Amino acid sequence: MALLEVKNLGISFGGLRAVDDFSLTIEQGELYGLIGPNGAGKTTIFNLLTGVYKPTDGYIMLDGENITGKKTIEINRHGIARTFQNIRLFSELTVLDNVKVGLHNHHPYSTLTGILRLPKYYKVEKEMNERAMELLKVFDLDQEADYKASNLPYGKQRKLEIARALATDPKLLLLDEPAAGMNPNETQELMKTIRFVRDEFHMTILLIEHDMKLVSGICERLTVLNFGQILAEGETTEVLNDPKVIAAYLGE
Amino acid sequence: MIGFISYLVNGISLGSVYAIIALGYTMVYGIAKMLNFAHGDVIMVGAFVVFSTVSGMGLPPVIGILISVAVCTVLGVVIERVAYKPLRHASKLAVLITAIGVSYFLQNMALLIYGANTKSFTSVVTVPPITLADGALVISGETIVTVIACIIIMIGLMAFMKYSKSGRAMLAVSEDSGAAQLMGVNVNSTIALTFAIGSALAAIAGVLLCSSYPSLTPYTGSMPGIKAFVAAVFGGIGSIPGAFIGGILLGVIEILGRAYISSQLSDAIVFAVLIIVLLVKPTGILGKQIQEKV
Amino acid sequence: MKMRNLSKTTRSNLITYGMVIAAYIIVEIFLRADMVSSLMEGLLVPLCVYVILAVSLNLTVGISGELSLGHAGFMCVGAFAGATFSKCVEEVITSSLLRFPLAILVGTAAAALFGILVGIPVLRLKGDYLAIVTLAFGEIIKNVVNVIYLGRDSRGFHISIKDTVSLGLEDDGEVIIKGAQGITGTPNDSTFLIGIILILITLFIVINLINSRTGRAIMAIRDNRIAAESIGVNVTRYKLLAFAVSAALAGTAGVLYAHNLSTLTALPKNFGYNMSITILVFVVLGGIGNIRGSVIAAVVLTLLPELLRSLNDYRMLIYAVILIATMIFTSSQGGQEIQERIKLFFKRRKTKEA
Repeated sequence: MALLEVKNLGISFGGLRAVDDFSLTIEQGELYGLIGPNGAGKTTIFNLLTGVYKPTDGYIMLDGENITGKKTIEINRHGIARTFQNIRLFSELTVLDNVKVGLHNHHPYSTLTGILRLPKYYKVEKEMNERAMELLKVFDLDQEADYKASNLPYGKQRKLEIARALATDPKLLLLDEPAAGMNPNETQELMKTIRFVRDEFHMTILLIEHDMKLVSGICERLTVLNFGQILAEGETTEVLNDPKVIAAYLGE
Repeated sequence: MIGFISYLVNGISLGSVYAIIALGYTMVYGIAKMLNFAHGDVIMVGAFVVFSTVSGMGLPPVIGILISVAVCTVLGVVIERVAYKPLRHASKLAVLITAIGVSYFLQNMALLIYGANTKSFTSVVTVPPITLADGALVISGETIVTVIACIIIMIGLMAFMKYSKSGRAMLAVSEDSGAAQLMGVNVNSTIALTFAIGSALAAIAGVLLCSSYPSLTPYTGSMPGIKAFVAAVFGGIGSIPGAFIGGILLGVIEILGRAYISSQLSDAIVFAVLIIVLLVKPTGILGKQIQEKV
Repeated sequence: MKMRNLSKTTRSNLITYGMVIAAYIIVEIFLRADMVSSLMEGLLVPLCVYVILAVSLNLTVGISGELSLGHAGFMCVGAFAGATFSKCVEEVITSSLLRFPLAILVGTAAAALFGILVGIPVLRLKGDYLAIVTLAFGEIIKNVVNVIYLGRDSRGFHISIKDTVSLGLEDDGEVIIKGAQGITGTPNDSTFLIGIILILITLFIVINLINSRTGRAIMAIRDNRIAAESIGVNVTRYKLLAFAVSAALAGTAGVLYAHNLSTLTALPKNFGYNMSITILVFVVLGGIGNIRGSVIAAVVLTLLPELLRSLNDYRMLIYAVILIATMIFTSSQGGQEIQERIKLFFKRRKTKEA
């Protein structure tokens, strides 16, 4: 059974059909790319998958469960976490606390326990700190754990967003243009990190990206979106050599 | 029935004053994107200037009103220049607190000059009242002048925004001040002009308010100022016809509430209506919907 | 690195508690030595009230990031609920040591309930709309309290919004809340010591809340609501929780306030939006999100007009000018540049010395 199965997904804003008849199947452990020209509807699909928008048609199955139309927080609890095209960190919190918010649902204690500082508070906080530091180490952010998130350099902010998403222990990770604004060296490093996350965490990853080097370098399969509809899908090399795709990118 | 109509007329009269204040509020909010808490106190200053010039120095009312409008216009521009302009890029909260400081400043300045005693304001209106239905319904001259003034001001403002270069510059700044600047609009002078117009309107509102309700203290402007902001939110902040509709509705609700439900609860009723409107339609009656982009 | 961070916040919090305790000891010494004017002595409990209000409002404004202009309304609820309770049980529970804590619990709980009732609709709004609606709720609470008549006789409680006669009390009946005349004869249970203890409890609750899982969730929502939702934080729940705790603590301050007065009335001065704004000024000048700053600002800004009393007529004017000047100095670009220059100047001197 596929981890993610999307069938005939569609949404309209007023009269505009932003996404139409979109289907996608991703197997467990796959690294999958979603590409397409600007305004093709890629981020809209992420927003549909994470419940920011409710689809007008179609359904979404995650690991055998129907999550269509559920709220964002429920979908996260079912196992989808994401990053954002325009970085959305908790800018006033420390790097460590950003990850700890990600651990929120997996290491619970009540508000009263927190206020009264019951023994459970110390125990759970310790677990959270350890787990958060582990995650930060993976992304080479452990040295900056005390920094305010907004003081991190751009590339590290992107990494922190991924670490925070992973903290929710998802089954599927959605990355929205993870390499945007990075220089070639940083992109190289990011590719390594993404592969590492997939292998180390046995993660399934769906990513949106414009950087073709990154896409061809790490994605196993691709779907190309144009004007809200699927233009092509399949193995990465095949898709990238498809004349239709080249035409869409270069413009007819 | 006559009683109801009489209340309605009073409500429209009070509502017209709210509308004039709300027009100033909504323009400043729409263009400078700030909640000018001191706007209500400019009303009070306007009324005191007329009180001093007309009742004190014995000048004719028209001259007194003109002086008052001039003083408030200058005051508005000076407040903007000294207190708000340095904070153009500061947090909303910082600007709000500064506005509160300005409000305290104006109140205490008036307190220092005029003392805390209530002054009785002589109406500047000389229009005779209209008597209808064999004397059962009297519409006062103040009411007639207030309502007419309000309608003229609203139409004038709408025409100004639509047809004059400065008015269109204001629209541009309210949409996107950065882009407006790039297109050659002088944002600073546009905002100053907005404050000038808003404060001039506040002066007129002050005179009309105190002509209908003739007691004047340093705190006279505070509550009408708040209510006018409520009216602006009610009608959809940033919208000129919205401020007008919101003002009139609020005045009518307040007077009818005072007459038929409870005189002590009339303010509570006004605020309750605001809450209901915002919960049903969070952008007010004529406001625009803005959604956050993910 | 991590351990140092932990101890840094802990140390900072200990300083805050220590400051309050030290202030108490110093004031007590001055009181014993009879060096405090009766005017200042009368200010001690109100000072505690303002500190609690400022700290609790900072939870909404600084930590939760919502601009509330109705904080005095919750204080009003707490004050009237607490005073009514004390009046009702005055003859049953004669010991103020037992009665007052119960009154505090009643007032706090009543304000928390109102916080939830007001918060559910209000927190759907944003920014200035939220501000104006909280102001509206505050004014409604004050206005409604002004028309409530509550009486008690052998048949139980009676309530009316018209006058005392319409309560229809029997001969043995007693009017507890007399509309605009409020509550008279509330036992004077508030003392400076209790005020200080309540400040410490408030600080304990707010500081521990901020440094817990719940506080992190609240601040995460403040910084980025959409991101917080995307990682499974229940936005409505935590916003409401912060708002309710903040309201509850305002209620605590209200009970303290009510038991310091022989007559409790709901005036624009004590429970109107002007009061809400005064508290907001404390929070902003103390530093948004800075709990210790709220404590200091509340004390300094309450004492400042009193210290300026020799300038009598000008004191409120000076207060206004200080307010404007502080905001321009701390928040404008020009002001920040000056601050940077001052910092740089001292840094250079230090390096020269070294």
